[in-house]
Amino acid sequence: MGYPHASHGRETPVLSKYFGDPDARTLAGWRARGGYEALEKALGMDPAEIQGIVKDSGLRGRGGAGFPTGIKWSFMKPDGKTHYLCCNADESEPGTFKDREIMRWTPHGLVEGVALGAHAIYAETAYIYIRGEFTEPIARVTAAVEEAYAAGILGANAMGTGRRLDVHVHRGAGAYICGEETALMNSLEGRRGNPRIKPPFPAVAGLFGKPTTINNVETLTTVPYIIKHGAEWYNGFGREDNPRSRGTKLFSVCGNIARPGNYEVTMGFPFGEFLNELCGGALPGREIKAVIPGGSSVPILTREEAEGALMDYEGMVAAGTMLGSGGVIVFDDRQDMVKQIARLARFYAHESCAQCSQCREGTAWTTRILERIAAGEGHARDFDTLLSIGENMSGKTICVLSDSCATPVASGLKKFRHEFEAKLGPDRSRAVVPVMLTSNRTAAA
Amino acid sequence: MSETTGPKMVTLTIEGRTAVVPEGTSLIEAAKTVGVLIPHYCYHPGLPVAGVCRMCLVDVEKFPKLAPACATTVMEGQVVHVHSEKAREARTGVLEFLLINHPLDCPVCDQSGECELQDYTFQEGRAESRYEEPKRFNPVEDFGGDVLYVPNRCILCTRCVRFMGDVAHDPVLNVSERGDRAFIGKADGHDLTNVWAGNVVDLCPVGALLSKDFLNKARAWELDRSASICTGCSQGCNITVETRDNTVVRLKPRPNEAVNQYFMCEHGRLDYRWINRRDRLDQPQVRRADGALRVADWEEALDAAADTLRGRRVHVLASANASNEALFLAERLMAASGGRGWFRIARGAEAPLPGVPDLSLRAERAANATGARLLGFEELTGTPAIAPADAVLVLDDTLDGELPAGLVEALVRGATLVHAGTTLPAAIAGRASVVLPLTNHTEEEGTFTNLRGRVQRFLQSRTAPGLARPSWFVLGDLAERLDASAGFALPAEVFGAMASAHAAFSGLAYERLGLRGLPVLDAEARGLTVTDAVSA
Repeated sequence: MGYPHASHGRETPVLSKYFGDPDARTLAGWRARGGYEALEKALGMDPAEIQGIVKDSGLRGRGGAGFPTGIKWSFMKPDGKTHYLCCNADESEPGTFKDREIMRWTPHGLVEGVALGAHAIYAETAYIYIRGEFTEPIARVTAAVEEAYAAGILGANAMGTGRRLDVHVHRGAGAYICGEETALMNSLEGRRGNPRIKPPFPAVAGLFGKPTTINNVETLTTVPYIIKHGAEWYNGFGREDNPRSRGTKLFSVCGNIARPGNYEVTMGFPFGEFLNELCGGALPGREIKAVIPGGSSVPILTREEAEGALMDYEGMVAAGTMLGSGGVIVFDDRQDMVKQIARLARFYAHESCAQCSQCREGTAWTTRILERIAAGEGHARDFDTLLSIGENMSGKTICVLSDSCATPVASGLKKFRHEFEAKLGPDRSRAVVPVMLTSNRTAAA
Repeated sequence: MSETTGPKMVTLTIEGRTAVVPEGTSLIEAAKTVGVLIPHYCYHPGLPVAGVCRMCLVDVEKFPKLAPACATTVMEGQVVHVHSEKAREARTGVLEFLLINHPLDCPVCDQSGECELQDYTFQEGRAESRYEEPKRFNPVEDFGGDVLYVPNRCILCTRCVRFMGDVAHDPVLNVSERGDRAFIGKADGHDLTNVWAGNVVDLCPVGALLSKDFLNKARAWELDRSASICTGCSQGCNITVETRDNTVVRLKPRPNEAVNQYFMCEHGRLDYRWINRRDRLDQPQVRRADGALRVADWEEALDAAADTLRGRRVHVLASANASNEALFLAERLMAASGGRGWFRIARGAEAPLPGVPDLSLRAERAANATGARLLGFEELTGTPAIAPADAVLVLDDTLDGELPAGLVEALVRGATLVHAGTTLPAAIAGRASVVLPLTNHTEEEGTFTNLRGRVQRFLQSRTAPGLARPSWFVLGDLAERLDASAGFALPAEVFGAMASAHAAFSGLAYERLGLRGLPVLDAEARGLTVTDAVSA
């Protein structure tokens, strides 16, 4: 549903069906809506069988990377070791707020998905790592977990099956990088949230050094529906000519658009119709100029490119960008793209964990150049420098934060170069380097 | 060589050379075995892998992306290019990033000349900076102990953080803040006072962590370096003595997997000023008829010393920092005359480095107590039994300024005294018949035996003052006069004689010790733990 607006007829509400319905938040309300039936069914099944169903459903990771969920789960074997499931609810990608709504309105849907996922990967313990700023979702999910324990759904004898299922809610401290899966595990372990070098991959040595699976909120919440209605049902959503992207997907839409909010559509939905029909198009008297379709880390599209794109993993790649997390950011003709891109770069420079040289220095350098250009002090050689820095920042670091900073800059510079050029200032001699000595310690002191 | 045991070997190609290394080896270590240095900053063989500097990215065929050589293990048949266009460009990129906020103050930086940032930038860096923005600035911070932190030069490789956390088990350092605002932080209320903390200065690949002791003392290229052994305790850490104009200005650890890995403690590192002292004995002296010590030439002094000792039981009061060679020759004098040998030793608290097995600042604060014991010396407890008809040879024992109880009485009742040493303690000056000036361990060469029975060579690093002579040379000449044995021309000859005379040292040859030493053969039988096997 187009929460907070009424559902549009062309949406396919599965996850968002009960958004805005306070009664669905309670255990009784959730049960009345068919909740926990899938979990009960799944607990009677062999984990390998569940893995197979999820594989057949075509569900792919909804956090942004789009890795097939069933295949990820099949890395977990009954090897007698302690396994962990982590639910990544550290939704921090600028422009993305779909997990927030899932947790606000259907917390039991998430708890059910987490419990089901834990069983499917031979784990007894699951952690839900929620972004620190999400105060309401934390309260909702915590209440749901408590209700589930009280009702015997979780605990030493989950749903009377004799199996142990524990779900812990962990509140993050608000670092973007803790949404990176290995940084999330470090953070859960009480360490600094730095991404780890891979290998070893989490399926081999993850949380507390044990085999771990980590899934996004939307992914896990989807699984009970698949178990309930079958793989074929879920696989039936999507465009016919693309067997690789199936099901429904939540898109968070924000920016200069008539009806911002969350929308759930089937994979492969035409992006142009999505923007103009479902979301109501540009604000009165305005024109859409650019769209970031999948969270701030993906390449920016022009309006023409966006309107021709299809909303699934392959469709977005064909349009030169990525589906990412489904966070759609719309810019209209009022926006200064140089300033917007500089703001994005500043975000990454602020959130870089400081491990890799390229990211630590490159994100900050990129920001300084962009902000100088935005202030009218840029010169033409800055463009080459920006692209070259971006090249040096891409594909060379532990995680992809560095790439994420370089991507919007490169695409912005390519597609909105005229806006950059319009801002160039007088070319100054390179010999005149401003020397400004400021301490960053004052903030810490 | 047995083929059934040992790890499985993997064959791969690095820069066109064939490397055969055990399974599980990292690319960076495998490359070393075929003489290829993969540039790196955060990797250090003595620390856990961090993989953060991204300098060691190499081009591995069939890999989609460049791989960090420190965190990638070898695979059979792998082909690795360290100097491909792609890998070189990546390194040039990293160097540029590391330099944008760097103050480029090499002319006033202590690390200059031994700085890996400088070296690699000269090798592969951009000639000109493209950075036109203001540089980040952070003030210099005193980390306590001997360590100064210059954050502007820091490349955040985290070697220091990992050393303090994972090796010293004293996690005082951390990475504070994020992004390019990050710096190495120190836990509130704690200083780098750990006795092993000085190693962070050695580990730092750039000029961010400096030794306050060495600050502004010398440029790296002015230093002469020689291999030596630390005399701070019985661990026998391998060190490099660094001198400038014949003055020792710094001691650095020298890697030895079997003894100290890459480390040394502050007690050993900072205790070098005595080596440079100016009030040294530099001429032989003989007590004349007027009762005063007067300068003599070596021949006369050695004759007088032989006369003082001849016909008497010779007891030796030796320093536990004397070399095996000197102790062996002194022991021959004792044995021939039926005398006894003693040494005294200072003790302190044991301070292990938890992350390295069997590495500790040992309680016995001298380099060669084990050698002395193996060669028949005993630790002096109580009053030495010296008869009026005996003679005493003091071998560089400074006596802490006073003679042991009983020795003065013995001298008063007729015992005679020869002093061979680097300095002349006042307590001895009035009583010695002959004074022979010796070189200290940085002015001669020889061997020490550490507490695990490992015999290790030290080399000469500075010239001796005046007419002072190496201890083995002086004692050899003295022995020649007393028992008409042949003298020695080289310390290797003395060592050879010792190896044939003493079972403990049998089978060892001076040259074969190399610069990393070998354990004495029957160390186990003597209750010493052998740290590795003699490779035959």
